[in-house]
Amino acid sequence: MNENQAAVRFERVNKWFGQLHVLRDVNLFVRAGERIVICGPSGSGKSTLIRCVNRLEKHQQGRVVVNGVELTDDRKRIERIRREVGMVFQHFELFPHLTVLENCTLAPIHVRGMARAEAEALAMEYLSRVRIPDKANSYPGQLSGGQQQRVAIARALCMQPKIMLFDEPTSALDPEMIKEVLDVMVELAASGMTMLCVTHEMGFAREVADRVVFMDQGTIVEAAEPELFFKAPQTERAKQFLSQILGH
Amino acid sequence: MERMPPPNRIGPLAWARANLLSGPFNILLTLLGLWLLWAIVPPVLEWALLKAQFLGDSRDDCGGEGACWVFVRVHLPQFLYGFYPEAERWRVNLGVALLAVFAVPLAWRRLRENVWAWAALFLAYPLLAWWLFHGGLGLPEVDTSRWGGLFLTLVVAGSSMAAALPLGILLALGRRSELPVVKAVSTVFIEFWRGVPHITVLFMASVMLPLFLPSGVDLDKLLRALIGVAIFAGAYMAEVIRGGLQGVPAGQLEAAKALGLSYWRQMRLVVLPQALRLVIPGIVNVFIALFKDTSLVLIIGLFDLLGVVQAAVTNPQWLGYAIEGYVFAALVFWLFCYGMSVLSRRLERRLNVGRGAPQELA
Repeated sequence: MNENQAAVRFERVNKWFGQLHVLRDVNLFVRAGERIVICGPSGSGKSTLIRCVNRLEKHQQGRVVVNGVELTDDRKRIERIRREVGMVFQHFELFPHLTVLENCTLAPIHVRGMARAEAEALAMEYLSRVRIPDKANSYPGQLSGGQQQRVAIARALCMQPKIMLFDEPTSALDPEMIKEVLDVMVELAASGMTMLCVTHEMGFAREVADRVVFMDQGTIVEAAEPELFFKAPQTERAKQFLSQILGH
Repeated sequence: MERMPPPNRIGPLAWARANLLSGPFNILLTLLGLWLLWAIVPPVLEWALLKAQFLGDSRDDCGGEGACWVFVRVHLPQFLYGFYPEAERWRVNLGVALLAVFAVPLAWRRLRENVWAWAALFLAYPLLAWWLFHGGLGLPEVDTSRWGGLFLTLVVAGSSMAAALPLGILLALGRRSELPVVKAVSTVFIEFWRGVPHITVLFMASVMLPLFLPSGVDLDKLLRALIGVAIFAGAYMAEVIRGGLQGVPAGQLEAAKALGLSYWRQMRLVVLPQALRLVIPGIVNVFIALFKDTSLVLIIGLFDLLGVVQAAVTNPQWLGYAIEGYVFAALVFWLFCYGMSVLSRRLERRLNVGRGAPQELA
């Protein structure tokens, strides 16, 4: 794939929740293979932004183009994009009535039409990559939060997506489990996956991000390489935010 | 050293002390309970078993102080099959046995995920059963007016349950649909049929439905009743299932969407399995109510188990044995309803509804 090809392109995107203007004229160009960390105070619209990529939220103005396909109301088109975009949620959202293995094979079998044996082999491969193959036959309720989140990452990877979205993947975890999830994400970043991560893990941002996007009140206030962003934030708002989360 | 928990006080005496005699009020209640048992159990046992008459084949064998179960014994074929011709009753037995043949494979997990196994049970079996019971195509015809007794009860209850679940699922999904027309139609349908008495539905099915059918089409009376009961049951079931749908966290649906599953797969694979197991007690509650409501078909001239018993009780040759008849009917109804209750609790345990819940609460 061409280095300069856009994985995701936002063009003057606007969205409202009722009267609340949550995305204001957002422009963002994400190259294939690029790793973006999105941060900002709560309510700044960062989750909403990445949820617009796979149409969990619908933008009301502007254009969102994913892998060259523009998102419209067309259901087939939405499903086509969702097949190429994996997502990891704050609260894992594993399916509690299915085993870890079944969680991972569900979409490959029912969306990609893969044979069960093939899907299971693929799932075991990704479960090994997130270092949890021995839990394949457990139910999500029997796993710790960190283990569940790693399974959730494996589940998304089983669809072999081109883009991965992370919506605060470590916010619901106990402190001692954050590292095991971040380690998996760092490895994933090294493999060349296009990633959009909403996170407050600034260490992670420094280590893997190509760009840090700082949002406030529905707009992208700054977008810069982590080195630049952390050392010399351009705006007063970003300085204030950084001093608050790095201040202690 | 590891510290052990304090020993439990065990033994019948300790149990009685803790549960029956833990205070003056409880002692009083215990005594009252014992007195009630003493007052009720011996006379009932005496009537139903000790002084009862079991053997014989005519009214002359009755007499004595206890129950005369000869009444039930003599009428048993009628209670079971209604007025179904004696020579053809094997067809009823075969039909009931076939249900087991169609239903049992679904106990296996692999088959449970197989669409054809469900299609066989819900589509092929009803057609096969209808042919067996009603006849035609090589079998002598038995008009539905001759169906009755427990057989008719099972036909009405079985088909209303079989229709209630799929119809209820569709209506519940429809009511939560994002499409305004689907939502409106489902809501109106549910609210209308749920708000109308069951008896009215049966009357409408029996009297009004023919008015809407094109002339020349004569739907069987039983079939009309089945349609009425199914619609009513579906509307009730829909609200139970909607409760379950609301219990599934929104994030689950988002995860299913994010994986690229289509709407029907999101529902079938992710949402419904969780929603249905949340409301198993509610579903079984509706099933039990449906089973007992089959007796209402009496008012449109169909004789279910209770109807047949009532007919036998008022038979001038057997006057005076109403209690035996009603006790028998109650016992049969209770056996089926309790059976469903036991099955549902087993199903709940197997599906592990409380997975992750603290053990002490169980």
